[in-house]
Amino acid sequence: MSPYEEVILEHWRNPRNKGRLEAPDVDVVEANPLCGDVVRVQLKVRDGRVEDVRFDGRGCAISQAAASLLTEMIKGKPLCELKGWGDEVLLSALGGVIKTRLNCVLLPLRALRKGLSSR
Amino acid sequence: MIDVRAVRADFPILERKVDGKQLVYLDSGATSQKPRQVIEAVARFYQEHNANVHRGLYQLAAAATDLYEGARAKVARFIGAAPEEVVFTHGTTEALNLVAYSLGEARVKGGDEIVVTVMEHHANLIPWQVLARRKGAKLVPVGITPEGELDLAELADRVTGRAKVVAVTHVSNVLGTINPIPEIAELAHRVGAVLVVDAAQSVPHLPVDVRELGADLVAFSGHKMLGPTGIGVLWGRRELLEELPPFLTGGEMIREVWLERATWNEVPYKFEAGTPPIAQAIGLGVAVDYLSSLGMEEVRRHDLRLAARALEGLLARDYVSVYGPPAPEARGGVVAFNLRGVHPHDVATLLDQEGIAIRAGHHCAQPLHRLLDIPASCRASFYLYNTQEEVDAFLAALDRVWKVLG
Repeated sequence: MSPYEEVILEHWRNPRNKGRLEAPDVDVVEANPLCGDVVRVQLKVRDGRVEDVRFDGRGCAISQAAASLLTEMIKGKPLCELKGWGDEVLLSALGGVIKTRLNCVLLPLRALRKGLSSR
Repeated sequence: MIDVRAVRADFPILERKVDGKQLVYLDSGATSQKPRQVIEAVARFYQEHNANVHRGLYQLAAAATDLYEGARAKVARFIGAAPEEVVFTHGTTEALNLVAYSLGEARVKGGDEIVVTVMEHHANLIPWQVLARRKGAKLVPVGITPEGELDLAELADRVTGRAKVVAVTHVSNVLGTINPIPEIAELAHRVGAVLVVDAAQSVPHLPVDVRELGADLVAFSGHKMLGPTGIGVLWGRRELLEELPPFLTGGEMIREVWLERATWNEVPYKFEAGTPPIAQAIGLGVAVDYLSSLGMEEVRRHDLRLAARALEGLLARDYVSVYGPPAPEARGGVVAFNLRGVHPHDVATLLDQEGIAIRAGHHCAQPLHRLLDIPASCRASFYLYNTQEEVDAFLAALDRVWKVLG
């Protein structure tokens, strides 16, 4: 069997930064109602940078793995840089995602954008 | 017994590969594949007979009309009906919208009740919701038993003198449950309600005689029974069809037109406004020929063998939950299930990488999934071209999915 990209399976089995922050500066939930995937992203911001991050959620392996990977990617990054991120930043980090599952991959990124939009 | 090897030779798509793997198509509940006889009939119509129907005075148009009406006669014979009771629509969804609109206009007033079930496909639910809102009528839902059968005791309670319509699926597209339509017809008719049956999952898979069903209106789609997309059927008792006002209006459905008013054509043409899906209807006629030549009893037996094998394999795996009746005889050819803690979309994507096509999602039955308390489910569905080997390959692949994601 040709499985999901190893990076997806690895993050699905060992999610990074999963849980909750106390008094987060950004706290946002995004969902795909059609498949029931839910991702919550919380950020602690200091000096315009992501000082700390957590995600939580439920759903398919791809959405949850993408959320886990995204938290690793954004930690320490300035918000102004994150605001400029297109889909391809996450897609290439995941290494080739099946086109039928783009919505799953992009769910955490949509959550992040929603959280940053007011800042 | 169906010679599945000979049948498969009629379906060109079954030879194709997906990423180098042999296609195993287990999603006939969504749409069936098409035999070359149907594909060729559609192409032949466009190459040799294409003209509009019921209008032209030239020979080509007469031939096209004969083919179109010939298809209607074949479909009528297939379900034990008279040709004038067979309305061609674009599919089950349009047929049910037609019924909800026209029956709603003729029979439903404020305060009346429309009885539906929680196992309905959205196509047999939303039109009734819209009608209820439009008329100030009340939608009355009927639940299911823990085994996934329709709760007939509750249904009997809910079908009261206020009920004008009972809308129910013949075979659930998720649970696979076969509902006892003749029994439900008795309950509905006892209080003078009209029984509307969504037969999209039954007519392709079971021998269905509309007279024996006892329903008043029955809808199904061509594309789930080897025919083209874009063609569906509404069967109705003649006197009821005559009573109902038209749904779509325009050309073909009229008798005489003045600037300010019009009179309607006779049934079934009253319900076929505009140029119908002619090639698709002819293709459906050939699909019906194909099914009839095999015999629907045999088609049912074949489906049942495959569903029973799948069901047995799924129930034997402790990481799998199966939805719907455990007895294969109580079901059509669909089996819905989940792998513990694994999202169905992941299951479908991983199976796809082995060339195995199943459906994952809510299958246009969100209220049912909410009741089962799951966001979505996997569904494998079988048809006359599937083999026992394909069922075994599917079960073995599930074990590999479980190893990766479980």
